Amino acid sequence: MTIEDFPFEASPLPGAMPVWTARVNAGQWRDACCMVREKGGRLVALWGADYSDIGAKFAVHAALGLQTGLLVIALPLEDDRYPDVSDVFPAANRMQRAVRDLHGLHAESAADTRKWLRHAAWPQDVFPLRKAFDAKQTFANGVDGYAFVEVGGEGVHEIPVGPVHAGTIEPGHFRFSIVGEGILRLEERLGYKHKGIEKRFESMTLAEGAKLAGRVSGDSTVAYAWAYAMAVEGVTGVVPPLRALWLRALLLERERIGQHLWDLGFLGNDAGLAFGLAQFSLLREDWLRTSNALFGHRYLMDAIVPGGVARDIDASGVARMRSEIAGVRQAIAVLKDIYDEHAGLQDRFIGCGRVKPDLADRMGLTGLAGRASAMAWDLRVQFPAAPYDQLDVRMVTHRNGDVAARVTVRFEEIAESLRLLDLILDRLPEGGIAVPLGDAPENALGLGWVEGWRGEVLIALETGAGNRIRRLHPHDPSWQNWPLLERAVLGNIVPDFPLINKSFNLSYSGQDL
Amino acid sequence: MYQLLKQVIGTGIRTEAPPQPDEALRVTAQRLRAEILERFAGALTIRHVDAGSCNGCELEINALNNPYYNLEGLGIKFVASPRHADLLLVTGPVSRNMQTALKRTYDATPEPKLVVALGDCGCNGGIFGQSYASCGGVSSVIPVDVAVPGCPPTPHAIMQGILTAITISSGA
Repeated sequence: MTIEDFPFEASPLPGAMPVWTARVNAGQWRDACCMVREKGGRLVALWGADYSDIGAKFAVHAALGLQTGLLVIALPLEDDRYPDVSDVFPAANRMQRAVRDLHGLHAESAADTRKWLRHAAWPQDVFPLRKAFDAKQTFANGVDGYAFVEVGGEGVHEIPVGPVHAGTIEPGHFRFSIVGEGILRLEERLGYKHKGIEKRFESMTLAEGAKLAGRVSGDSTVAYAWAYAMAVEGVTGVVPPLRALWLRALLLERERIGQHLWDLGFLGNDAGLAFGLAQFSLLREDWLRTSNALFGHRYLMDAIVPGGVARDIDASGVARMRSEIAGVRQAIAVLKDIYDEHAGLQDRFIGCGRVKPDLADRMGLTGLAGRASAMAWDLRVQFPAAPYDQLDVRMVTHRNGDVAARVTVRFEEIAESLRLLDLILDRLPEGGIAVPLGDAPENALGLGWVEGWRGEVLIALETGAGNRIRRLHPHDPSWQNWPLLERAVLGNIVPDFPLINKSFNLSYSGQDL
Repeated sequence: MYQLLKQVIGTGIRTEAPPQPDEALRVTAQRLRAEILERFAGALTIRHVDAGSCNGCELEINALNNPYYNLEGLGIKFVASPRHADLLLVTGPVSRNMQTALKRTYDATPEPKLVVALGDCGCNGGIFGQSYASCGGVSSVIPVDVAVPGCPPTPHAIMQGILTAITISSGA
């Protein structure tokens, strides 16, 4: 499907990625979604906006992933209603409920109208992302009534878990309905970490926003920072120096490897092999220390800035990374053998928490977990922005969709990213590492779209006057993948939940905003 | 199995020396008697509560258990329930949606108890500040003994904060 197939005018958006924008009416809103779904495309993000301060009304936006790029449709609203698309894209369900909680815009005739990000901190007739709402305004805690779906029948009972969990992880609530040990239903309740990130962005300049973007989900700081920089560079018409772009890819692949190492350790641990955690966490600690020594931060926060990168590397840094890459490659080969040959581990991994490709496709599973269920999407491959256009990234996909497949994808992605790092160090162009940003026009849209370690991170930015942020929606792939975790656990036993959950390793903060 | 054992032996012991306490991190005068602290110093249990962080601090808390920092080697371990905990390690900012859960966790922790707030956000709300959705720093919701700044604080700094909380204050 190409952009010409749509029955409305779409115009290309300047920037690093192939993005088109179009204004649509209510009928076209649904038609576009249906067309994209039929042709195997997907919903990348859905968000609301309020233009009442500049003489217009509300709008909803949807970013649709096509084989040829990203189509962002905007539907200006006459009132506070728009057509539901959750029957077309199940992933839209929670996004639409969030739009209702934050903007007071309703998806007409949607089946699920429960609140999502709102708990009890503000009343249901108050909408924090409306322009008239003062961010400092606070309300007394109300009553948080939330109707979980109840499962009936003989011997069925519930296990409520969270928001404060037993391990060192983010807060969320899981409601299990079980018989004996078997899981009949899992319902997630998220939003505990909602801390007003989108409203916060609206008080910032384009320069200030970079730091906040890098803290939407701390484990994906590089992906968010790059997506943010891409959006800002798009609206200001700036192209960073080549060296900066290559260094960004180096940072992004470092982040991917660091997180995959961590997850592989924990996945071994959660299946009873503490040896795995000890070994992988050593590798990871060394990795973080190198990041800190070369880029000034263990997790590479604030290393990417709009216009370029914050820090250059010299010959000694290159040499250190080269020997590190060789060391990790060797260690991973040994550890992969040990994991593969460990009968107890494989017994826990294989067949556990399975998402088959047809379900993954229907529900819109994305990113790393998607690639473990045959969803062949990787922005670095399909839409390779510089320097990925020079690197010929090899996508990793598997079909089994179980914990074992998500483990294998991580091992193979580490190997591929190590190869990419070597290539980047071989070919790193000379030159500057940043250029100054010009002024941004008012009411312009900028888009950043980056394949982070978890999946595609999207930043949709609208500018205000004086280089300020008028509206910003950061979108984490966890929005799409959380609902699949509910499905992956069905028929499994409760003690396997931590393992299955870890194999997805989704972001709470990135979804709760 | 041979491979696994070979790897274990080849890796050896990598644990590094722990940091010294730092009185500058203490935000409230010591509340616990010296005798109690002496007991904590041998076997402290920690319950971590993420009250709304970006997940950056959690990455570093998890790193405390890697072989380099080996927090458990000092007799300090993480437990699954606040009812088993001596110390709450809280990351923030405290979101309004976590305010009640944090208070309840604090109430469920038996006395005597200590609280260490972690990160710039845990100290004062950090970049997220105070808003309709954020209470700001941890001390705006529960009492805090020691606060460790950083974004995120390094494992070394976190250890230092924990050790400060259980060390007899030089000013006491």
